[in-house]
Amino acid sequence: MIAIVDYGAGNIASVRNALSRLGVESRATCEAQEILSAERVILPGVGSFGFLMQSLRQKGLDETLLQSINKGTPFLGICLGMQALFESSEESPGIAGLGIFKGKVVRFQRGKVPQIGWNEVVPRGNCSGNECDKGDAKELLTKGFAYFVNSFYCAPADPSIVAATTDYNGAFACAIQNENITAVQFHPEKSGDWGLAFLKRWAGC
Amino acid sequence: MLTKRIIPCLDVKDGQVVKGTNFVSLRPAGDPVELAKRYNSEGADELVFLDITASVEKRRTIVELVRRVAAEVFIPFTVGGGINSVYEIQEILAAGADKVSLNTAAVKNPALIADASKRFGSQAIVVAIDAKAKSENKSLETVPSWEVVVNGGRTPTGLDAVAWARKAKSLGAGEILLTSMDCDGTKNGFDLDLCKAVSSAVNIPIIASGGAGKAEDFADAFSKGGADAALAASLFHYNELAISTVKECCAKQGIPMRCVQ
Repeated sequence: MIAIVDYGAGNIASVRNALSRLGVESRATCEAQEILSAERVILPGVGSFGFLMQSLRQKGLDETLLQSINKGTPFLGICLGMQALFESSEESPGIAGLGIFKGKVVRFQRGKVPQIGWNEVVPRGNCSGNECDKGDAKELLTKGFAYFVNSFYCAPADPSIVAATTDYNGAFACAIQNENITAVQFHPEKSGDWGLAFLKRWAGC
Repeated sequence: MLTKRIIPCLDVKDGQVVKGTNFVSLRPAGDPVELAKRYNSEGADELVFLDITASVEKRRTIVELVRRVAAEVFIPFTVGGGINSVYEIQEILAAGADKVSLNTAAVKNPALIADASKRFGSQAIVVAIDAKAKSENKSLETVPSWEVVVNGGRTPTGLDAVAWARKAKSLGAGEILLTSMDCDGTKNGFDLDLCKAVSSAVNIPIIASGGAGKAEDFADAFSKGGADAALAASLFHYNELAISTVKECCAKQGIPMRCVQ
């Protein structure tokens, strides 16, 4: 069973539809117990960074998510669910994120904002250079087009967690991977066959 | 690099796709979900459903349609047509649509754009603008301008299209779906001047609509009109032009496209 964290604003229906297309059982929930007993956890996200963090804290789900991640449960953050893993965001100054990773979420400085549409995901394994060889990234992420809707992006302090990048007037981290944590800025549930294949690999089915 | 989007539009009445010109002599043309799946496999980047149902059953049928599409098609889609309250927007988004487009209701009540974008985020709110060239555009000395028309093009509003786009953006619109009423149905190409005027006035994506007749028209909308996406209905419905042909043509001109095998 995959628990989809339902904090009141995420686009739960799309993620659930995609999983059920893949034959994966999922449950939208805001119950700590259900999240802690789930085999996998997804934090989807639409809305603002501040709204997400305040909703999680009001329900005590920030602690629940940290517990779940700390005990090794596979976690997937989507869009705002990726941004929430960092310390803070320019979108909501003064509101702390989960702080699992050092770094902050910053606004695009160039081009139309938000970025809306299909952009290319380039796994680090596909590039040339010394630090590109990241075996597990190769397995989960493939080169392809994904659907993005974002004004902000994550700037991790530790570049080694960056699993894939996308170019929007400059490269940004569109996916990160570290142990049991995977997080993506794009919407796999809206990225056609490529997105469904990514979800399928993550769900291990 | 962010790619330009090709968006087929499906006109829907009583839950069925209809074809016809200017809402006259409508003929049922199949199941929207099947057509949406076909467009998805042909490489459509997004879909727009325009609901032209006029009956009291309207809301129920559209919500039901949205649910069915969301369960079968995994690309973004927008729903428009007579939406005029935050409650309706909430129902349609909760059923699985990614965005709604607001047209006449937003002109009558601009606060709807602000209320809806605050509640659901700008990314979910598309403002559709139907624009008609002002007659003085024919004189070479005047800077061209366009008037916003509503109710399917029947009612002039006195609003300047560029000014209205600016206002819609400032109220929280995430995208502008810009239809030229002069070019719509002509197949002579998009109104590039209109497109350029609006895309240079606002820093949000513009979807060009009305007038597409051949693949090169789409390339022009992107390279000359500054559009971020381009929409067509009958052209794709009647198989006059394949989405892949449009994308290949644009890609050849160096326009970034998502090409699907």
